[in-house]
Amino acid sequence: MKYIAEIDVMPLKALLDPQGKAVTGSMKNLGLPEIENVRIGKHISLEVEAATKEAASAKVDDACKKLLCNQIMEFYEFKLVEVK
Amino acid sequence: MKFGVVVFPGSNCDEDMVYVLRDIMKQETVKLWHKNTDLEGCDFIVLPGGFSYGDYLRSGAIARFSPIMESVIAHANKGGYVFGVCNGFQILAEAGLVPGALLHNTERKFICKNVYIKSQNTDTLLTHAIPKDKALKIPIAHGEGNYFADAKTLKQLNENGQVLFRYCDEQGNTTPEANPNGAIENIAGVCNAGKNVFGMMPHPERASDKELFNEDGKFLFESIVSRILQH
Repeated sequence: MKYIAEIDVMPLKALLDPQGKAVTGSMKNLGLPEIENVRIGKHISLEVEAATKEAASAKVDDACKKLLCNQIMEFYEFKLVEVK
Repeated sequence: MKFGVVVFPGSNCDEDMVYVLRDIMKQETVKLWHKNTDLEGCDFIVLPGGFSYGDYLRSGAIARFSPIMESVIAHANKGGYVFGVCNGFQILAEAGLVPGALLHNTERKFICKNVYIKSQNTDTLLTHAIPKDKALKIPIAHGEGNYFADAKTLKQLNENGQVLFRYCDEQGNTTPEANPNGAIENIAGVCNAGKNVFGMMPHPERASDKELFNEDGKFLFESIVSRILQH
């Protein structure tokens, strides 16, 4: 079966996210001072072929750990949806 | 002693590195294409600066899975020498051959300028010939050079003498103002626990030719070559 994984890779909360900080600053400039703590990461979607959802999840987890996310500076979470 | 400079798609400091090793330091030097796995008998592998694979995903993340990296990792794990500069350092960090990671500069700008660094451990292959307490003027050119390691790793680095260089001012003082990119504890370069894998953000190969009126980077290459010749 084929699954689509929707993966979010985000900078670790403990680390400064200079991109998010700059965007937070411009929210004030454009008249939205209520918006704060913008953090910017990556969204990755991919397709994976696997017998079960658990097997697909294990493969995506492997891909995240080995390549898509550097856990020294980022964390990830993902959702899997079966392609009908 | 034979030097091999790995060329990835997007490397752009490979030619400078080869020039310094071959023409200035008079060492046998070859280029190694990233798609090959043969290190061609090289004893010392250099990962040069550049933008391997366009810095896609994260700097160094894709290059780390190039075919030649399997051989480079095996070489390093056997105690062989590996030296990564700038993007080469990022690749080494991604491969886990040196601890830590390189984050975006805190100012989020690409910074290209001369900075000063001071050697922190004069007992490594890369640093032993550097005059003690000398602030070396070496250029940096990076957008992601903000070295980061968690507290536990940092403690190990400090205790084991794995911090090679810290950013400093012209007088050699390690100050926040002398830190160009937000690197934790002003760290500009580190080595692995075995002290055979070295990574640094500044470019010594851009400061090793008298025609450029700055030969501070040559101390590093003289360190490497002089100790190796003793063996």
